[in-house]
Amino acid sequence: MIVSVASGKGGTGKTTVAASLATIWDGPVLGVDLDVEEPNLHLFLHPTIAGSEMAHMMVPTLEESRCTYCGACSELCQFKAISVIGQLILTFPEMCHGCGGCIAVCPEKAISPGQRELGEISWGVAGGVGFLAGRLRVGEAMSPPLMRRVKARLDQMLANGEDAIIDAPPGVSCPAVNAVMDSDVILLVTEPTPFGVYDFQLAWEAFTPLKKPMGAVINRAGLGNDAIYRFCQEKGLAILAEIPYDRAIAEAYARGRVIATVSPGLKAIFVSLRDQIRDLAKPGQPRKAAHA
Amino acid sequence: MREIIIISGKGGTGKTSLTGAFAHLAGNKVICDLDVDAPDLHLLLQPTKERLQEFYSGHEAQIDGEICDGCGLCATMCQFGAIRENGAGFAVDPVRCEGCKVCVVFCPAAAIGFPEKHCGQWYVSSTRFGPLVHAQLFPGAENSGRLVMVLKQQARELAKAQGADLVLCDGAPGIGCPVISSLSGAHLAVAVTEPTPSGRHDLERVAALCRHFQTAFAVIINKYDLNPDETARIGVFCHDESYPVLARLPHDPLVTKAMVQGLVVTELPESDFSRELGQAWSRIEALAGLGR
Repeated sequence: MIVSVASGKGGTGKTTVAASLATIWDGPVLGVDLDVEEPNLHLFLHPTIAGSEMAHMMVPTLEESRCTYCGACSELCQFKAISVIGQLILTFPEMCHGCGGCIAVCPEKAISPGQRELGEISWGVAGGVGFLAGRLRVGEAMSPPLMRRVKARLDQMLANGEDAIIDAPPGVSCPAVNAVMDSDVILLVTEPTPFGVYDFQLAWEAFTPLKKPMGAVINRAGLGNDAIYRFCQEKGLAILAEIPYDRAIAEAYARGRVIATVSPGLKAIFVSLRDQIRDLAKPGQPRKAAHA
Repeated sequence: MREIIIISGKGGTGKTSLTGAFAHLAGNKVICDLDVDAPDLHLLLQPTKERLQEFYSGHEAQIDGEICDGCGLCATMCQFGAIRENGAGFAVDPVRCEGCKVCVVFCPAAAIGFPEKHCGQWYVSSTRFGPLVHAQLFPGAENSGRLVMVLKQQARELAKAQGADLVLCDGAPGIGCPVISSLSGAHLAVAVTEPTPSGRHDLERVAALCRHFQTAFAVIINKYDLNPDETARIGVFCHDESYPVLARLPHDPLVTKAMVQGLVVTELPESDFSRELGQAWSRIEALAGLGR
């Protein structure tokens, strides 16, 4: 089973929930950081890193002596990553999406696959919890290609039927959808503030077409107002857990604590959340993460 | 004309609440919400929309089952795993399609259409603090970076037309495509952070991004009293890198109280929080060369 922990608004507690669930999970489990722009899960799980590798994507390299400046490549490219102007050909590798179209269309075979560095993938163990994370190179604009490579490694690591808990990026556009689309259950973490509720509605709209079981986790319950409860009721979305608004919890988080370990009461919230996730996922029907 | 962008790396540190207050404090300006994915500034500014534009960006492949002869070349060539045989023939998964056109160009039966993608809307609105340029990307859509560029362009033109000397922008979390787009042409990036392991880690990443693009960088530490040790470490980091620390703001439920009323915190009765924020704004004006 793969559980994604997502949210529309940032800073609502995704990493807190993911780290807490991984810590109290009752079987082999892997914590996976797919918030590759700002990965934070390691700051709470403190894994021992066993290995890492750089991830790359395919971009064009030119053999200009073969080029006849026919312009077929720049005409095809939808991302302005290759451009022919008169007797000049230029590539802009940072714009490239790696579709391979220019390579396939070039009649002179003047373009071959090169590489752009996307970032780093690392893996290891944190106590009894497996760990896998992507970390985007600073300056790289596209996170989905790196996320696809992290997910491909996740597939290999889940060969023995372990569960995985994915810490997803914030937002509701392509990176967030890419992070959650291969999971079995999506948790939406929010806070009951106007910002939290508005972004939660966007997240619900973005993820509903994926047709996955979803549940809500309300963090900082008691803050703000009750609009989130009305929205969940209206949409028939189950609230699986509420974490109270409490300055002591905020301070424990600020010191890097996994909040499920702060008190028996908090642990009980996450144990109950775990059991409800298992119910939502209908055990016995495991799904494999598909390669994107 | 000056452009100031409020960013954070980590989500939920208070970017939008502070941008709203700065919009209240700043003189003649155009306000711009560049978090097109999960925009929240309008919840504080309660804009009246005066202009609405549809945002089209990129294309999406669509296979015509009547013409398709089932050769499967498209599925073989697609680098994104977006084309699959689904029993009834080949179909494009719109979530995975990147709009690269490779399948369209190479389909021997010319069975693949390539309509434009309707990705969202953008608006020019009036608010009690001045004009607001903002947008809503449809949940799950892509090309947020291009929409950010459209908004910036509109905001600049509007500022020029109105003789405003400032474009004040609320940014997105992370360090990826929309944030990179929002930095282009900015005179100053103000990062709002919090004294938590994630807050500091993500601040360092977003600072590196601004260094990469040579954007001037300054820091506000929000909720500084949650963890004084971490606040001190952020202070040391900023000192070592010569980043001005503009303010240390307390963790105060006042911010949420204002949000629930659709107000910014400087509209509530004067507090320590609002006084410190006022000083921060004076420092930002000085750093950005405003108000001379």
